[in-house]
Amino acid sequence: MIEFFEVHKAYPVGTEQITALQPCNLQIPSGQIFGLIGHSGAGKSTLLRLINRLEEPSSGRIEVAGQDITALDAAGLRAFRRQVGMIFQHFNLLSSRTVAQNVAMPLQLAGELSRAAIKDKVQQLLLRVGLQDHADKYPAQLSGGQKQRVGIARALSTDPRILLCDEATSALDPQTTGQVLQLLSEINRELGLTLVLITHEMDVIRRICDQVAVMDAGVIVEQGPVPQVFLHPQHATTRRFVQEAEQLDENQLHQDFAQVQGRILRLTFQGETTYQPLLGRVVRETGVDFTLLAGRIDRIRDLPYGQLTVAFDGAELDLALQRLQAADVHVEVLR
Amino acid sequence: MDTLLSNVDWYDIAVASLETLLMLGGSLIFTVLLGLPLGVLLFLTGPRQLFAQKGFYAVLSLVTNVLRSLPFIILLIVMIPVTVMITGTSLGVAGAIPPLVVGATPFFARLVETALREVDRGIIEATQAMGATTKQIIFNALLPEARPGILAAVTVTAITLVSYTAMAGVVGAGGLGDLAIRYGYQRFQTDVMVVTVVLLLVLVQLLQSVGDRLVVHYSRK
Ligand SMILES: Nc1ncnc2c1ncn2[C@@H]1O[C@H](COP(=O)(O)OP(=O)(O)OP(=O)(O)O)[C@@H](O)[C@H]1O
Ligand SMILES: [Mg+2]
Repeated sequence: MIEFFEVHKAYPVGTEQITALQPCNLQIPSGQIFGLIGHSGAGKSTLLRLINRLEEPSSGRIEVAGQDITALDAAGLRAFRRQVGMIFQHFNLLSSRTVAQNVAMPLQLAGELSRAAIKDKVQQLLLRVGLQDHADKYPAQLSGGQKQRVGIARALSTDPRILLCDEATSALDPQTTGQVLQLLSEINRELGLTLVLITHEMDVIRRICDQVAVMDAGVIVEQGPVPQVFLHPQHATTRRFVQEAEQLDENQLHQDFAQVQGRILRLTFQGETTYQPLLGRVVRETGVDFTLLAGRIDRIRDLPYGQLTVAFDGAELDLALQRLQAADVHVEVLR
Repeated sequence: MDTLLSNVDWYDIAVASLETLLMLGGSLIFTVLLGLPLGVLLFLTGPRQLFAQKGFYAVLSLVTNVLRSLPFIILLIVMIPVTVMITGTSLGVAGAIPPLVVGATPFFARLVETALREVDRGIIEATQAMGATTKQIIFNALLPEARPGILAAVTVTAITLVSYTAMAGVVGAGGLGDLAIRYGYQRFQTDVMVVTVVLLLVLVQLLQSVGDRLVVHYSRK
């Protein structure tokens, strides 16, 4: 568990102090993938870098597994940092070292393992990230996706309990992004690592995160399990991110729906109900008519969900809504 | 051929060449030994760096700039008492090396500082995040990553030193430059001048191409 207690961060700029993180309380449960989303300058990197003290908090306390890391001395901090891996948007690999040498670096710096043991471990790590055939190449000879895999292998080399990812996929194309997210998800499951992951794409959150916190101007404005936040966003910033992910423009939709008859509803299915013939049955039994206006059926990490915008019309409309709600479908009346 | 190069004494040329090479080699070694740590210190204490120290950096920076702005010929003369203290003589190759080192070290240190600044901040951060000590950051990340830049700096410094050695004739250090001035310029023996200049040119070209090769060899970008 990573816990923030009234953590505040301001940067000195000239004679002034610019607040990057308003006093913040936060709990990140162990073994989860915790997403942090926000626009540029929202304070995401600041928050993340406080966790391994690449930034010192201006005030407040941070605990990791019950240990107050803000109180660590220099040697304690170095030992702690070995338990926290980090990967970066621009990979930050050493261009003068080969892939294998990059992955070996944290182990060499720690100086606890023998040369042979390090070599073994590097081989295992490269196998895990699928780069066993590229051990002797230099970073400049790799694609972006491969570089990030090296970054991941390097971050995992000291067997950390936490992996911090600062926009780890922002420099990658969509297909490579998918592969890297897949790898991160596997690592979380198989090694039980806690991942804290920054992104500015809701789609990344939807695909691999368990929990999400939405940041805006140094404040966490919304936080919760991803299905809840994604399907029922409360804060305006969250709504904008979800709409971007869904490529929906609500205002546009409302204009388009002007000529649609009946009541416009947003139906949200989660888990099992997603693949049940609920809509058909309710419509048949109550005799209402329906028009599909928009919708998406997909997954949130492993949870199937469907979100449909429909127009219902007919005498038994209220009964139809009751039936849907009784079957655990979330119903929201849009008009 | 004999009439064309009638004034050229090839023995003198050989001696002068050797003197130039000795001055260059000796001063380059000490320049690198002193300038590298100085460059690292300038880098680390510079604005927004690992050990940003406003006052200390300002003083160090000023001293470096003062030494760099001093014309080498002035430095040669001003340095004479110090040189005598260090080497026991202000003459010959040994007498030329201290002023050469003092002249080139600040120049080299600045180039090293620039080369280190070229290293991506992200690399330092990633190394910090691994739990590295400051010493490890410098020796395992900064210096290896800046190696091509530092090699280029050594090359430029070596070539600058070649032209400084030409002036070292003033303190009787000899060398090709001295020969060119004494015979070629003062006694109007143009052939001596041409030969020495050609030799200096070959030396500079050689240094440049070896340096370039090393830089390319160590660049993995
Ligand atoms: N070293 C620094 N010195 C001064 N101000 C800083 C520093 N680092 C960040 N800031 C400021 O703090 C605020 C938050 O920055 P931060 O990097 O945490 O944002 P972010 O959410 O990660 O943005 P992005 O998506 O662009 O990476 C910004 O206003 C930024 O200008
Ligand atoms: Mg950021």
